[in-house]
Amino acid sequence: MKYLCLVYLEPDKLHAVADRECAACGQGLRDRGVLLAAEALEPIETATTVRVRNGKMLVTDGPFAETKEQLAGFYLVDAHDLNEAIQIASKIPPAREGSVEVRPVRELNP
Amino acid sequence: MLATLIRLLGDFDAAEEALHDAFRAALEQWPLEGVPANPRAWLVSTGRFKAIDAGRRRKRFDALDDIGEKADVAFIDTAAWADDESVEDDRLRLIFTCCHPALAADAQVALTLREVCGLTTEEIARAFLTPAPTLAQRIVRAKAKIRDAHIPYEVPSRAELPGRLDAVLRVIYLVFNEGYAASSGEQVTRHDLSAEAIRLGRLLVELLAEPEAQGLLALMLLHDSRRAARTSAEGDVVLLEDQDRSLWNRGQIREGVRLVEQALSSGRPGPYTIQAAIGAVHAEAASTAATDWNEIIGLYDALLRVSPSPIVELNRAVAVAMRDGPAAGLAIVDRLLSGGELRDYRLAHAARGELCRRLGRTSDARFSFERALALTRQGPDRRLIERRLAEVSK
Repeated sequence: MKYLCLVYLEPDKLHAVADRECAACGQGLRDRGVLLAAEALEPIETATTVRVRNGKMLVTDGPFAETKEQLAGFYLVDAHDLNEAIQIASKIPPAREGSVEVRPVRELNP
Repeated sequence: MLATLIRLLGDFDAAEEALHDAFRAALEQWPLEGVPANPRAWLVSTGRFKAIDAGRRRKRFDALDDIGEKADVAFIDTAAWADDESVEDDRLRLIFTCCHPALAADAQVALTLREVCGLTTEEIARAFLTPAPTLAQRIVRAKAKIRDAHIPYEVPSRAELPGRLDAVLRVIYLVFNEGYAASSGEQVTRHDLSAEAIRLGRLLVELLAEPEAQGLLALMLLHDSRRAARTSAEGDVVLLEDQDRSLWNRGQIREGVRLVEQALSSGRPGPYTIQAAIGAVHAEAASTAATDWNEIIGLYDALLRVSPSPIVELNRAVAVAMRDGPAAGLAIVDRLLSGGELRDYRLAHAARGELCRRLGRTSDARFSFERALALTRQGPDRRLIERRLAEVSK
């Protein structure tokens, strides 16, 4: 079962976890054969939000919503069930500074 | 049986339907063919086959559906569901799944009462003074989460057990307290939640050799043992110090004390065990005056080490007052109140009022009782404080 682990951190905590640690976590998951994808994201100052309404494209500066904790990265993993996904999420280093949301992936209807 | 069917069929609703169908079949066939040697296995087997049939009828294609697959795999393992030990495993799986931390706290309670205790949605709704549709939705959403997020139907591993057990104990104690509060007078039509909680506690102790589970059961039994003495004939609250101890249920006390001793012998007692130990000291005392307050204070010290909280400190202060006099207790209560955390806790003000009253500081007592009254909603508790207030307003 695929789960997306969304990593959220407050801006001043973004550098509380060393890149090296995150990379090691990703490698560990790769070695276990459970990692499908993982990326860190540039901070929200670099974000742009795109909407299309009535055929017209609207582009605005910033994330889609202002929140205290911001999306900092993600890990897409293949886990046996939610318990395993939770265990994986708990080992993601930013989990001790921010929050990791664990959401099951939905297969699209044909 | 429900727990086993949930495991075999992998779905709460399918299992419930299957069980109903199995009972219906039994009512038709057993009077004609006689009761089978292993009725439980017969019901589980029948339920499973009826579920497979129902699943296959719903599919247009011939391919095995999920239900069929799981059931067929389980069929090979026939020993599994005929075995008593596996029944216990299934019930444990059910309890731990219903109390999974990924489910909302109120959903854990509702689901446990429905699936483990077999209460109807209406009974649970009435017990928690919630509209039935709201509660039904809560249960539907919880089952959907279990299904869609793939919460596995399993007993946690040794490593995960302590944290997961905490959730189960919390749910059981919540149910108990809901029942405990309700039984003081006004709400007589609410289902006896305390009895359900004790039943759940017993089941857990039976299934798991965990000291904290024993501690929780002991705590509930010791609280419950005082039920008959807690309310006066008029429905008023009778405090521990005024209770007629001859009304205490000695059978429950004996069992509770035995469980406490067992739980304490494990080495590092947890919060429920320590609270139960405090309850045991009260239960074995012939009167308030004869109570070993020194031991109680020692137990509160231990409780503060494992589970520090201002409420525990408040209860300890009351015990200190009993041993060292009201002034000593009041000093602690004043310190706690000035810290701010107990500002909206009615019992803190009630305790301060009582200690001031004993010291003859009537205007201070009045002040505190009024604060307590402002924070108290329920009838009998309000009346108790009003009586105290009247005493210091003469």
